[in-house]
Amino acid sequence: MFRPAARLLVRRSLLRSSRAITTATPQVPAHADTHGHLPSSHSRITSKLRFFNSVMEDGEQIPTYRVLDSVGKPLEGAEVPEIDEAFARKIYENMVLLPTLDTLLYNVQRQGKISFYMTAYGEEATILGSAAALANDDEVLAQYREAGVLLWRGFSLDAIMAQCLGNHEDLSSKGKQMPVHFGSPEHHFLTISSPLATQIPQAAGVGYALTRIPSRRGRNVAVCYMGEGAASEGDFHAGMLLASTIPSPTLFIARNNGFAISTPSTEQYHGDGIAARGPGYGMWTVRVDGNDVLAVLGAVREARRRCVEDGRGVLVEAMTYRVGHHSTSDDSFAYRARQEVEDRKRVDNPIARFRLYMESRGWWSKEEEELLKTRLKQDVLKAFKRAEGLQRHELKEMFTDVYGGEEPWNIKEQREELVGLLKKYGNDWEPWRNELARFKGKGQELLGDSKSA
Amino acid sequence: MNTFQAVRDALSIALLKDDTAVIFGEDIAFGGVFRCTMGLAEEFGRERVFNTPLTEQGIVGFGIGLAAMGQTAIAEIQFADYIYPAFDQLVNEAAKFRYRSGGQFDVGGLTVRCPTMSVGHGGLYHSQSPEGFFMGAAGLKVVIPRSPIQAKGLLLASIRDPNPVIFMEPKVLYRSAVEQVPVDDFELPLSRADILKPGSDLTLLSWGTPLYHCETALHMLSAPPPSLEPHIPQSLRSANIELIDLKTILPWDVESVVESVKKTGRLVIVHEAGMTAGVGAEIGAVVQDKCFLKLDAPVKRITGWDTPVGLQFEKFYIPDSIRILDGILETLKY
Ligand SMILES: Cc1ncc(C[n+]2csc(CCOP(=O)(O)OP(=O)(O)O)c2C)c(N)n1
Ligand SMILES: [Mg+2]
Repeated sequence: MFRPAARLLVRRSLLRSSRAITTATPQVPAHADTHGHLPSSHSRITSKLRFFNSVMEDGEQIPTYRVLDSVGKPLEGAEVPEIDEAFARKIYENMVLLPTLDTLLYNVQRQGKISFYMTAYGEEATILGSAAALANDDEVLAQYREAGVLLWRGFSLDAIMAQCLGNHEDLSSKGKQMPVHFGSPEHHFLTISSPLATQIPQAAGVGYALTRIPSRRGRNVAVCYMGEGAASEGDFHAGMLLASTIPSPTLFIARNNGFAISTPSTEQYHGDGIAARGPGYGMWTVRVDGNDVLAVLGAVREARRRCVEDGRGVLVEAMTYRVGHHSTSDDSFAYRARQEVEDRKRVDNPIARFRLYMESRGWWSKEEEELLKTRLKQDVLKAFKRAEGLQRHELKEMFTDVYGGEEPWNIKEQREELVGLLKKYGNDWEPWRNELARFKGKGQELLGDSKSA
Repeated sequence: MNTFQAVRDALSIALLKDDTAVIFGEDIAFGGVFRCTMGLAEEFGRERVFNTPLTEQGIVGFGIGLAAMGQTAIAEIQFADYIYPAFDQLVNEAAKFRYRSGGQFDVGGLTVRCPTMSVGHGGLYHSQSPEGFFMGAAGLKVVIPRSPIQAKGLLLASIRDPNPVIFMEPKVLYRSAVEQVPVDDFELPLSRADILKPGSDLTLLSWGTPLYHCETALHMLSAPPPSLEPHIPQSLRSANIELIDLKTILPWDVESVVESVKKTGRLVIVHEAGMTAGVGAEIGAVVQDKCFLKLDAPVKRITGWDTPVGLQFEKFYIPDSIRILDGILETLKY
């Protein structure tokens, strides 16, 4: 939408021809010197020994696309993505909902009511700007800090609470995974897995699968979120390579928030961030100010358009800052200054930047802000209170979903063994008696009819 | 000293005594997520104690390179659950480095530390006991300490052992177990089990965290709480159980285990990993081979189930003291 279509077509055909490996005589570009080319590529022969370590011609760092300045004013000449009031409000409300939810769940973790939590403080623009740029049925493979994508798609607060509390309404993993490991086929969001980067090559496979489904070919992409830390795993390179080579319409969104737990991004890579790697795989790549929701929206929309059109991987690197601790198991002041965090929060607040823009368009007011905050707080608290009292799934679920189809003998036998133990000790052994009370049905479904359980 | 301090103490001695030693891994420079490397970067410098980018296969491969040059490489994998990206480097490379070069090269200087086992609320990916996956990797050693003293002595021995060692630290013990740990440099031998409590009626074998559940079970056996009294026949309360800590999982101390089982005629093995092809399967097979005529009961395995570790179900997944007690009773009654 930023570029005239004609120019894009020209660029794409250029890309194709320059990447084609052919034994026919290549067209000689105008700037070539007289030594010709390697036989099977367009690599020009040169008599100059010249090293390079940057993807930018002048050795400069890859620039960062921005639309709004720190007070929400469009930069001069900025390409502002198309957005209407209703859409802007939806984005903004979700940007406020996300930290509201985070604050409640962070606090209830501190009170010991859930076992773990991870906030997305500071990354609201990256997460919601990108979510808003996608089709709601693009398949998302996320890392773990992207619950905002689900909120955008209408995953309910009840579903969020159910997963974090692991109660019997939790469909994400039936209480099997730690908090924040959401998943929902209905919302086209594959279940989060803790091992980092595993979703990256999987996303390339998902993208390819989409091209094999007639109704989705050329319409949907796979979207893969990752942190800049996870991008150091071998799986990152595997996934990028597959999506560009096979190829497969996969949109990679790297959230570069400056930290992987305690490790600053300066110790994560020596090169020019994650974006510098895209061209290595022949991928369209862009770096964007991840705290500028309009820039993220615009960049991801265009990235997605290219991804659909070329059927090949595209990379977006969103530069942001992890304002919160890594997780509830982390105290980030052991490795970064409190002041640094306070400064970042003040100087570059993604929510404030967008709010100021909204106000300047007459789309938002102080009164609405107050009302929204109060309403969201109430909604979140209400959902938590409702979920808090609910029991877990039935105990029998411990043994389900290991295999599909016929249940193997060992699982059957082991469930029988537990049933026998529960019959013997379930009442008399206090730790088990107390624990059983937390499951829906208190384990009776196993004890009553163990054969068919 | 508790266990994470004992580990730190051993690491500091290793760095102090061996100029070639370096320590590296994810987040270790600020002390590591379990604080085992706290202060080491400040004390020994960032050249010797450093963060790596987030890549387990890279970390182990890098360590193999260091060790191949005769240096001491002490790598940390942040959780045992995340050791799998390095599986190829460990099983195909570290384990086979010596054999494939006809003994010309080896990576004996490599030690890979990783926190292991469940804490009660870790779910699928923070609770695993993956030691069994390495049982077939001849050339590797696998060591699991039970306490601060053991952690220090076994870690120093692992670092100095002429073979690559995976050193798995039960994470629930980092803070809970406290002992008077000698401050000097000492080693405890690898591949030697410890008899924690001698006995003649049944051998109870485990390693790491479940040893503590075993101790609780033994206590309940001899002095049952009122609610359990009906379950425990008087005649069995005085049973004399031998409790063994295997300590080194690969290569394991077959001599001590077989000698014990020949004496008691009964073996119960406890581990947190699932039953199928867990370490207990290997030990059970060897014991039935070597002790067949002495056995009074089948070898019993009390293990996690053959499922992933489901978060909300963990209390019924982990082989806890009641399950161990029941296994002992059943095996005694057999
Ligand atoms: C394979 C693997 N190794 C290590 C970990 C432990 N771990 C969890 S999150 C994390 C840091 C990830 O940082 P990044 O990818 O930048 O994401 P962020 O937390 O900043 O959003 C680490 C090391 C893991 N979950 N999986
Ligand atoms: Mg990060």
